[in-house]
Amino acid sequence: MQQHILSILIFIPVLFSIPLLFFKKEWEKQIKSYTLFVSLAVFILSLVLYFTFNTELQDFQFVEKTVWIPSVNSYYYVGIDGISLLLILLTTFIMPISILASWNTIKFRQKEFYFLMLLLEGSLIGVFAALDMILFYVFWEFILIPMYFMIGIWGSENRIYATVKFFIFTMFGSVLLLVGIIWLAFQVQAISGIITMEIPRIMTFSVYLPLDKQIYLFILFSLGFLIKVPLFPFHTWLPDAHVQAPTAGSVILAALLLKMGTYGLIRFSLSLFPSAFIKLTPYVAVLAVIGIIYGALLSIVQKDMKKLIAYSSVSHLGFIVLGTFALTQEAMQGSVIQMINHGLSTGALFLIVGMIYERRHTKEIAQFGGLMKVMPVFSVVFLIVSLSSIGLPGLNGFIGEFLILIGSYNSQNLHSSLYTILSSTAVIFSAVYLLWLYQRVMLGPLEKEENKAVKDISKFEMSYMLPVLFFIVWIGVQPNTFLKLSESSVKKVLMNYEKAKTLMETQGNEKK
Amino acid sequence: MDYTLKYLPLVILLVPMFSFLLLAFFGNKLPRKGDFIAVSLLFINLALSLIVFFAFAQTGKYSYTVDWFNLGKGNLNFTAGFVIDELSSIMLIVVNAISAFVHLFSVKYMEGDAKYKKYFSYLGLFTFSMLGLVLTNNVLLMYVFWELVGVSSYLLIGFWYEKPAPQEAAKKAFIVNRVGDVGFFLGIMIIFLTLGTFTFTDIFAGIEAGKLQGGLLTAAGILLFCGAIGKSAQFPLHVWLPDAMEGPTPVSALIHAATMVAAGVYLTARIFVMLSADALTFVTFIGAITAFISATIAITQNDIKKVLAYSTISQLGYMIMAIGVGAMSFGMFHLVTHAFFKACLFLTAGSVIFGMHHVQDIREMGGLRKKMPITYWTFLIATFALCGVPFTSGFLSKDSILAATMAFANINGGITYIIPIIGFSVAGMTAFYMFRLLIIAFLGEPRNKEKYDHCHESPIQMTLPLIILAALSTFVVFSFNPIGADSGWIMQMMKTPESLLTGTKGMIYHIVDRAEYTEMLHHAHYPAMFLSLAIAGLGILLAYVFYHWKKVDVEKLTEKIKPLYNFSLNKWYFDELYDATVISFTMAISRLSAWVDNKIVDGVVNGSATVTRWTSFGSGKFDNVVVDGLVNFTGGLVGFFGLIFRKFQTGKIQTYIMFLVFGIIVLYFMFR
Repeated sequence: MQQHILSILIFIPVLFSIPLLFFKKEWEKQIKSYTLFVSLAVFILSLVLYFTFNTELQDFQFVEKTVWIPSVNSYYYVGIDGISLLLILLTTFIMPISILASWNTIKFRQKEFYFLMLLLEGSLIGVFAALDMILFYVFWEFILIPMYFMIGIWGSENRIYATVKFFIFTMFGSVLLLVGIIWLAFQVQAISGIITMEIPRIMTFSVYLPLDKQIYLFILFSLGFLIKVPLFPFHTWLPDAHVQAPTAGSVILAALLLKMGTYGLIRFSLSLFPSAFIKLTPYVAVLAVIGIIYGALLSIVQKDMKKLIAYSSVSHLGFIVLGTFALTQEAMQGSVIQMINHGLSTGALFLIVGMIYERRHTKEIAQFGGLMKVMPVFSVVFLIVSLSSIGLPGLNGFIGEFLILIGSYNSQNLHSSLYTILSSTAVIFSAVYLLWLYQRVMLGPLEKEENKAVKDISKFEMSYMLPVLFFIVWIGVQPNTFLKLSESSVKKVLMNYEKAKTLMETQGNEKK
Repeated sequence: MDYTLKYLPLVILLVPMFSFLLLAFFGNKLPRKGDFIAVSLLFINLALSLIVFFAFAQTGKYSYTVDWFNLGKGNLNFTAGFVIDELSSIMLIVVNAISAFVHLFSVKYMEGDAKYKKYFSYLGLFTFSMLGLVLTNNVLLMYVFWELVGVSSYLLIGFWYEKPAPQEAAKKAFIVNRVGDVGFFLGIMIIFLTLGTFTFTDIFAGIEAGKLQGGLLTAAGILLFCGAIGKSAQFPLHVWLPDAMEGPTPVSALIHAATMVAAGVYLTARIFVMLSADALTFVTFIGAITAFISATIAITQNDIKKVLAYSTISQLGYMIMAIGVGAMSFGMFHLVTHAFFKACLFLTAGSVIFGMHHVQDIREMGGLRKKMPITYWTFLIATFALCGVPFTSGFLSKDSILAATMAFANINGGITYIIPIIGFSVAGMTAFYMFRLLIIAFLGEPRNKEKYDHCHESPIQMTLPLIILAALSTFVVFSFNPIGADSGWIMQMMKTPESLLTGTKGMIYHIVDRAEYTEMLHHAHYPAMFLSLAIAGLGILLAYVFYHWKKVDVEKLTEKIKPLYNFSLNKWYFDELYDATVISFTMAISRLSAWVDNKIVDGVVNGSATVTRWTSFGSGKFDNVVVDGLVNFTGGLVGFFGLIFRKFQTGKIQTYIMFLVFGIIVLYFMFR
C-alpha cells in the first residue's frame, strides 16, 4: 500500500465524493457524517506518510510514475519531499475541521457542498504531490472550480462580485503559468533534445538557461504564485473572497489555498530558475516588506472582523515570502513552518469569527463588546489563537517568525538587513490590531441587548478547536517535530541555489 | 546537593504553572475555588527556593542545558536551560516571597469577586513566567518568558475588563512593551548572528574573544536594553506603568515589586558585563532621566496608587542608573530591598482602599492612623525605607547607589556630575512626596467624615503580610551594620563582576577595573551618606511644613507656579504627546493605506474590470454594427441583386428563348 499511498490520498476523496451525488437531499445527517468519515480516513492515512517518511533523504519519496500523455512525455508522476509532506498533512488536518465547522452552518444544498469539499481535498493533495508539470497544472486549475462555487453559492450578500474577482485574478495568473509551462518545455527541448514534463528532470536543464530567458519564465510562473499568496499589490481579491466566503471557505482559503502560492515559489520559481530568483529578489523582497507593514496597518483600521484577519494574512504571508527569498536554512525552514502556523492560527481565527457570526449574524466589530462575560471559555480560546497569531513565544507563530527574521537578517541574497528590521515592526502592529480586535469584541461592558443571550462555545465547536489549539501549543514548545521534516528538503533546495550562484559567477567572469 | 540544584529549580518553576492549570480547569469544583491550594503552593515554593539558595551557597554556580530544537546537525542548535547563580537564587526568593504574600493578601482583598478563581490562576501564570525569566541561562528563552510575563500582565491589568479603563491599560501595557521588545529581539538577533549562541556564558566568552566588538557591540547592548526600557518602564516607554494601576491592587504590588518591572533590571544586570562604555552611558542617562521625570510627577498626584506607581518608576530609574554607573550589585540590591518595601507600600495602599471601600483619592482620606493602626505603622516603615531613613533596608541600598553615582562622577568628571545631582535631588523629592502622601492620608483630620466612619482596619490575612513585609524592610535582614551593607550577606554574595570591556573608553565613559572603582566608592561612601541624609531630611521637613504644620499655603503656592504644577500633574504630557504623534501618525497612515487599498490598488483592479467591460461592450457593438453590418450589408447587396435578377428568372421557356435570341444577336454584332 505504501508505494501507492499518495494516489490513495488523492483519489479517495475524489472517488468517494461520487456516491454523495446519489444520496437523497434529505439525508442531511448521512451526507455530513459520510463526508466527515472520508476526510478523517484520509487524515489517518496521511499519518502513514508522516510515520514512514525518511527525514534523512533529500530525494522525493513515495514516488509513483506511469505514462499519462505519451505525446508530450507527460506522466502521472507524484512524490513528496519534506515541504510538500507538511502541506499535505496540513490539508488532511484542516479538511475534517472545516467539515465540522460547516456542520450546522451550511443549511442548503448540502450534498453539493460536501461533494465540492471532497473534490477540493483531493485536488489540494494533488497539487502538493504532483511532480509533473501538466499534472500539477491540472490540479492547480481544478481547485478553482469548487472554490468558485463555494463562495458563489454559500457566500454572503456580495458573493458574486467576490467570486468572480477571485476567479479572474487567479485565472489570470494561471494562464501565464500555462504559457510558462509550454514555453519552458520548448526551451528545455532546445537544450536537451527531448520534451519532458517531469519537474525533477526539467530542473536539471532549466538551471542552465540563459539569465534573460530565466527571468521571463520566472515572471510567467511566479505571477501566478504571487497572486495566490497574495503579495502586495495583487492582494485585493483576498479580503473580498474572505468576507464573502462561508466559514469553511475562509478557513480553506487561508490555511491551504494561499500556501499553494508559497509552495509554488519554492518548488518552481526557485528550483527551476534560481538565477532569475536571485536576480529578482530585491523586487519581490521589497513587495514582501511593503505587504508585511501595509497589511498590518490596514488590519488596524478594518471594521469587519473577517477583513481584518484577511489583511493580517497579507502581512503574515509577506513574512513567508521574505523568508523564502532570504535563501538561508533558517529562513526557509521558518517559512515552511510558518506556512503551517499561518494555516493553524489564521484558520482558527476564521473559525472563531465563524462562531461569532453564527450567533449574531454580523461580523461588524462595532456590534460587539463584553462577550467575555457570556462566553468565558470561548474568550480563552480566542485569546490563545490571537496570541499565536501575534507571535507570542511559547506558541507556534513565534517559531516561524523568529526563524524567518533571524535567517533573513544576515541573508546574502537579500544583501541588506533593512528588510528584517522593517519587518520586525510588524511584531508591534500585529499586537495592536489583534489585541484591539479582542478588546472591542470580548472586553468592555456588555451593552448590546442582542449580545446578552449569546451562548458560550459548545462542546461540538470545542471538538474541532481543541486539535488546532493542541498544535498551536505543540509547535510552540516542541517545534522539532515538524522542523525535522523539512530540514533535508530545504537543504537540497538551497544546494540548488548555491549551484546556480556559482554558475552565475562563472558566467559573469567569462563575460569579463 | 547536586540533585537539589538539578531538579529543584524545575520544580519551583512548575509549581505555579501547576497552580494555574489546576485552578483554571478545576477551580470551580474545588472548595473555596482552590485559593488555599494556590496560597500554600506558593509558600511551599518559597521554602523550596530557600533550599535552593542554601544549596547554591554551599556548592556554587550550577547550570543545566538541554537541546530545545535544531535545524540540522550543524551549529544551528537552540538550547534551553537554567542557571542557579547569585542573581537567580536571590531573585527566586524575592519573586516567590512577594508572590506568596500577594497570594495571601488577595484571599481577603478579592473575596466575593465574581472572577475569584480566574484571579488566582492568573497569579500562578504570572509567577510561572517570572520564575522562568529569572531561571533561564539563555537569552532566547528569556525572551520567551519575557513575552509570557507580558501576556500575564495583560490578563491581570485588564482583570476588570468590564470597565473601559482597565482594558485600555492592559492593551497599552502590552503594546508599549512590544515596542521595547522589538529592540530586544533585534539585539538577540545581532548576538546570535555574530556569536552563534544564545547562552549567556557563551555570549560573554565570544565577546571576550573579540568576536563582537565596536559599534555593533554597543548597538547590541543598547538594543537588548530596549527590552528593559519597556518592561522596567523607563523613559520614554514608562507611560504604561501608571495606567497599569487599573489592575487589582495586590496585582500592582506583584507587578511593581517583584515581577515584570524587575525583569528589565534583572536583564540589564545579566548583560552588564557585555555593555560597552557608550551603552553604559546610555543606560545611565536613561535611568537618571527616568528617575527624575517620574519623581517630579509623583509630587502632585492625588491617587494613592499613582503616587506609588511613579515612585516605582523613579526607583527603577535608580536601579538602572546604578547598573549604568558600574555598580550592578547595588542595582540588584536595591531591586531586592525595593521589592519588599514597595510590595509593602502597595499592599498597605490596598488595605487602605479595602478599608475605605474603594477610595483611592488621598484628598478623601486623612486621619486614618487611628482607624488603621497596623496599616499605618507598616506604611510608615516602608515609607522610611523608600525615603532612605537609617535602619531601613532602603537606606542601605539607596546610599550605596548614591555613593556609586558620586564615584562614577569622580572618575569621569565633566557632564557626568549631573548623574549624582539628579540622584540626590530625586532622593529629596522622594522623601517629600512620600511624606506628603503619608501626612495627607494618615495624619491630620479626616476630610471625608462619612467614609472615615465606615472605615475599618483590615483582617489578619491582609495585615499579616504587611507586618512581615515591613519587617523585611529593616536593615537587619540584609546587614547587621545599619549604616553599611558591605559586610551583609547579600553584598558578600553578590559582587559586581568585572566588565568584559574593562579599560575601554567611550565618549564620556571610562570603564575602570573593580579595584579602582571600589577605591572611589570607599571615598564616596560617607559624603554620600551624609548628603543623602540631609536631603531626605529636608524633603521630609518640607512635607511637614507644607502639609502638616501648614506653614505655607499650598493652594496659593500652586497658583503661583500653576504652569509647573500642571506640567507635573499632567505627567509632562507624555500621553498627549504620544497621542498626537506616534498614535495619530499610525492611525493616519493606516487610514491612508486603507484608502489607497480601496481606491487605488483595488481601483486599478475594478478599473481594469470596467475597462474590460467597456471594451467588451465596444467590441460587442462593433460586432453588432460593423462586422455584422458588413455581413448584413453583403447579404443585403446579394439580396438586392437577387431581386433584380429574379425578374429574369421567370421560368417561362419563351422568355429564355427570347433572351437567347437577344444574346445571339448581341454576340453577332460584337464579333462580326
